[in-house]
Amino acid sequence: MSGPNTDYDPVEVTPLKADEVEAMRDAALAAIAAATDLESLKQVRLDHAGDRSPLALANREIGALPPQARKDAGQRVGQARGAVNKALAERQAVLEAEHEERMLVEEAVDVTLPAERRRRGSRHPITLQSDLIADLFVAMGWEVAEGPVVEAEWLNFDALNLGPDHPARTMQDTFWTEPADHHVVLRTQTSPVQARTMLTRKPPIYVVCPGRVFRTDEYDATHSPMFHQVEGLVVDEGITMAHLKGTLDHFASQLFGDGIDTRFRPSYFPFTEPSAEVDVRCFVCRGVDSPACRTCKGEGWIEWGGCGVVNPRVLIACGVDPEVYTGFAFGMGIDRSFMFRHNMADLRDLFEGDVRFSAAFGTEI
Amino acid sequence: MKAPLSWIKEYVDVPAGVTTEELTRRLTLTGLKLEGIESPGSQITGPLVVGRVLTKDPEPQKNGKTISWCTVDVGDANGTGEPQGIVCGAHNFEPGDLVVVVLPGGVLPGGFEISARKTYGHVSAGMICSARELGLGDDHDGIIVLPADAGEPGEDVRGVLGLDEEIVEFEVNPDRAYALSLRGIAREVLVSVDGAADFRDPAIRDTPPANDQGYPVVVEDPAGCPVFVARRVTGFDPAAPTPDFIAQRITAAGMRPISLAVDVTNYVMLETGRPIHGYDADKLQGPIVVRRAREGERLTTLDGTVRALDTEDLVIADDSGLIGLGGVMGGETTELSKSTSNILVESAHWDAVSMFRTGKRHKISSEAGKRNERGVDPTICEAAADRVVELLTTYGGGEADPGVTVVGTPPAMPTVMVPGDLATRVSGMEISEETTAECLRAVGCEVSGSGALEVTPPPWRPDLTDAQDFSEEVIRLVGYDRVPSVLPTPPSGRGLTRVQQLRRRIGRTVAGEGFVEVVSFPFVSEGDLDALGLPADDARRTMLRLSNPLSSEAPSMTTTLLPGLLRTAAKNVGHGAESFGIFEHATVTLPRAVGPAPILPVDRRPTDAELDELVKALPDQPLHLALVGVGEAELSGWWGKGRHVEWSDAVAAVLAVADELGVELTVRAASVAPWHPGRCAELLVGETVVGHAGELHPRVCAAYGVPARSVAAEVDLDVLIEHAVQLRQAPHHSAYPVAKEDVALVVDASVPAADVEAALREGAGELLESIRLFDVYTGDQIGEGKKSLAYALRFRAPDRTLKEGEAAAARDAAVALAAERCGAVQRS
Ligand SMILES: [Zn+2]
Repeated sequence: MSGPNTDYDPVEVTPLKADEVEAMRDAALAAIAAATDLESLKQVRLDHAGDRSPLALANREIGALPPQARKDAGQRVGQARGAVNKALAERQAVLEAEHEERMLVEEAVDVTLPAERRRRGSRHPITLQSDLIADLFVAMGWEVAEGPVVEAEWLNFDALNLGPDHPARTMQDTFWTEPADHHVVLRTQTSPVQARTMLTRKPPIYVVCPGRVFRTDEYDATHSPMFHQVEGLVVDEGITMAHLKGTLDHFASQLFGDGIDTRFRPSYFPFTEPSAEVDVRCFVCRGVDSPACRTCKGEGWIEWGGCGVVNPRVLIACGVDPEVYTGFAFGMGIDRSFMFRHNMADLRDLFEGDVRFSAAFGTEI
Repeated sequence: MKAPLSWIKEYVDVPAGVTTEELTRRLTLTGLKLEGIESPGSQITGPLVVGRVLTKDPEPQKNGKTISWCTVDVGDANGTGEPQGIVCGAHNFEPGDLVVVVLPGGVLPGGFEISARKTYGHVSAGMICSARELGLGDDHDGIIVLPADAGEPGEDVRGVLGLDEEIVEFEVNPDRAYALSLRGIAREVLVSVDGAADFRDPAIRDTPPANDQGYPVVVEDPAGCPVFVARRVTGFDPAAPTPDFIAQRITAAGMRPISLAVDVTNYVMLETGRPIHGYDADKLQGPIVVRRAREGERLTTLDGTVRALDTEDLVIADDSGLIGLGGVMGGETTELSKSTSNILVESAHWDAVSMFRTGKRHKISSEAGKRNERGVDPTICEAAADRVVELLTTYGGGEADPGVTVVGTPPAMPTVMVPGDLATRVSGMEISEETTAECLRAVGCEVSGSGALEVTPPPWRPDLTDAQDFSEEVIRLVGYDRVPSVLPTPPSGRGLTRVQQLRRRIGRTVAGEGFVEVVSFPFVSEGDLDALGLPADDARRTMLRLSNPLSSEAPSMTTTLLPGLLRTAAKNVGHGAESFGIFEHATVTLPRAVGPAPILPVDRRPTDAELDELVKALPDQPLHLALVGVGEAELSGWWGKGRHVEWSDAVAAVLAVADELGVELTVRAASVAPWHPGRCAELLVGETVVGHAGELHPRVCAAYGVPARSVAAEVDLDVLIEHAVQLRQAPHHSAYPVAKEDVALVVDASVPAADVEAALREGAGELLESIRLFDVYTGDQIGEGKKSLAYALRFRAPDRTLKEGEAAAARDAAVALAAERCGAVQRS
């Protein structure tokens, strides 16, 4: 039925008759409606809207008609093709939606299967605790000072008013290095960092020094030859014990919770005068009479560290004029603080390196 | 320091309403921290009563022992009033004596429950007690025979025995040596407890004046021994028993009763704080001489130890030679014995520094030494000696010799100027000059003047030397609890330094790579390095040794973090861990051959040159990062088999750190212990080696007990951080299209991939955007000893679309340079 139709009377062209066009359209619409999936719809599209579909072929005949008939036939075929294309698009959308829905159902998995294929790392809780403490002071405008763990005897002792014959030297059991006449020790406290700070910079000084320290203690549930300390030092004009109390109260409330404050008891440290032991109010029972409290053993207070007003002798040895400046210093065990803050019984857990222990703390505390 | 409460109250009156808790709380707040309150009878429960022995029938036994079958009147304490039948093994009592009886139902120390039981053919309903059975001492010579006036049968006996005494233990700080005595504690009670009054100083007493009939004493070193007092007691009965109150009190203070003479010296030491030494006067030969020891002298101290003396040691000698280590420990030859009837009492004041050094040198820790090295009141030597003589003659039946030797005079206490407002300036709370003076007088100071107070400390406070020391006395009496809480206002800070921030980032990065941070002790031995397989000349074998390591197994400061990590890894394997990674960042100690760290002056700031010398004498202590990986890097699971950790995981972790710091690391093959010689990467910044990473040598894994094919890395973080990029530049990304070219190159198996890649990069020129090795192949298709490396190259120009053939030309140039440098042949 292709080719020029010059031999025919155009009016007599059957496919262009109105009922023929309607039939073609209806057949197409019926086929579209019958298509149940995208694949069969594709075939329907070829059969009823493709280049060789009845309506397409009928369309070709239009040109051979006389002008008036051409217009009518054109309109007729055009409307029919429009209806078919619209139906095709609609059916396509419906079938696509159905297809997607089926796919998503089929692709469902068991999301309760274990998801972690990589080992997870973590930081050591003491590192985290040190960082947390440093951040508390940095937030107040302090700085973090550091120094070596293998330290000069003079910086660890003499500069801190602990002369060679000071009885307090026996309070700290020191690791000495060979040869003995080199006067080099493993620092017994982080205080030499304070001395270094005063020796190398001018007041005002507001520093906190966390770090490892060493004592010749046998290793047991509450002692370790290596442990961690944090010390603070302030040297400025007009500094008093009241500033020390204010700082430690703030530190305590930041680390242990709102309303947790400190208590001072007279004590003795060569580095400070006056000196005090500092107790922190029990953050579990809050110091309310509670004999059963396991954290403070019913005392309401927990021994936390030592502190005091910097001894003028120390200022002099470190090149700070005690007539102009005063200062305070404090020191706490980071491990100890961690132990009671996190309800830990045996200090050795910190140094045994059991991956289950560090892993329990992740990368922040 | 332990002290029975009743003994304290002998010297000071405490209001009746003040409980022991309140008293000790106040003392704690003023500086004598309560360690605990105990009672000697706290472990005894049930009926413990006075009994009167009615009958005592000795009954010899087959085993050779003789027991006594006794009937004892215990009043109504047994509920019947009938005599109690008790079997007793001791013999030191007679019918009519008052004894201590524990009745059935009672429990003695050690959980020893008493019940009526059949023994030696009798039913023994209770026990007649010895001091040891009641926890009152070691004396087991017999049972306790109470004084006739101790009480009526059946009465509770705890009070008589001092079993319900409260014994208070204080922690005494080194600056408060005076509180190592009842005298000092009572004085603290006086100044600390509201309402305490009427302090009765046991060291104030009338003493006979010195005369020339005393035992001859020559003090050759008055600086070492400023005061030496000697008194004599003659005709002393060496068998005289120690009265109960003395035995109980020194036991309560933690000392052991030995003999009346020794117990009295200890009692007076506890009472006054002044250590006393007693000599068997009959064994002294000629005058007593106090001097420093001479070169080569030796002394056998009364603990039986032969001590080689130092010329700094203060000694006591007589014509026979050395007879004591002054103030620290007496000698064996003149020791008080069970037959001593003539006693020479020494009450001497010693130089505290000499005492400290001698005690430390000879490792002697004694009650006397503890007091002498911290400083004792030098003015009470005569009073203490007199008190000893009084007690010896009262209880030992001797006579006080009229001779009184006193050599030297107590040193005067220095007067210190204390600004009247110092306590205010130090404490931050208002404390008036009047309050300051009042508090200082309360602790025994003499105070005069105003504005600047002239203060002379009491002789028992040698610790008070600086103005600031006095401010502590004032503030503690006003009350530490009254110091206000004020936050200081620092200038705005700079925050963490960049290096501190980078260190934290490194920790997080390594944790992000799947490694768990651990903390290890830095102590190692040569054996630990042997286990790492370090060659004899390895620099890491030069370690700083400790003079006094905790264990001879680990005497040195480590130069590498790997021994600690490998030990920790093995422990985790022992705990059942199969796949894990651990890391540590810490300093290591690298000794350098330099001189000693000087002991600088402390009365001024050291010069910069002096400080420089000090700091240079310390070893290098670079910050290291080390990590160890064991088992699977990617875990096996429902998704399939995992991937075992391999050398590249260790390298990748270090590269992740370098990347975080913006440092470009070069990787080079190396052969360094403890790594597998063919699987060890050397990591460099420029030409500086910063560390190594790779698979561990199989022998190292075996030596440390970690699984084979574990991996490790160790790098110097200080160097990495030093090269960290300071300021990152924003990248510019070209929006023009990319041109991709793949090449496969065959090279000798020994050619490092890094070299091939470097040649390709250089040959490809500026148009090369990236290069990625996506396949390594070895096998038949390319022949033995060869490997094929397949690279994906991406080319792009920043400012234009590449012309046809431009990328291919760049690729060919890249291949040509790889051919020239590495002998690479392009695979067709
Ligand atoms: Zn509590």
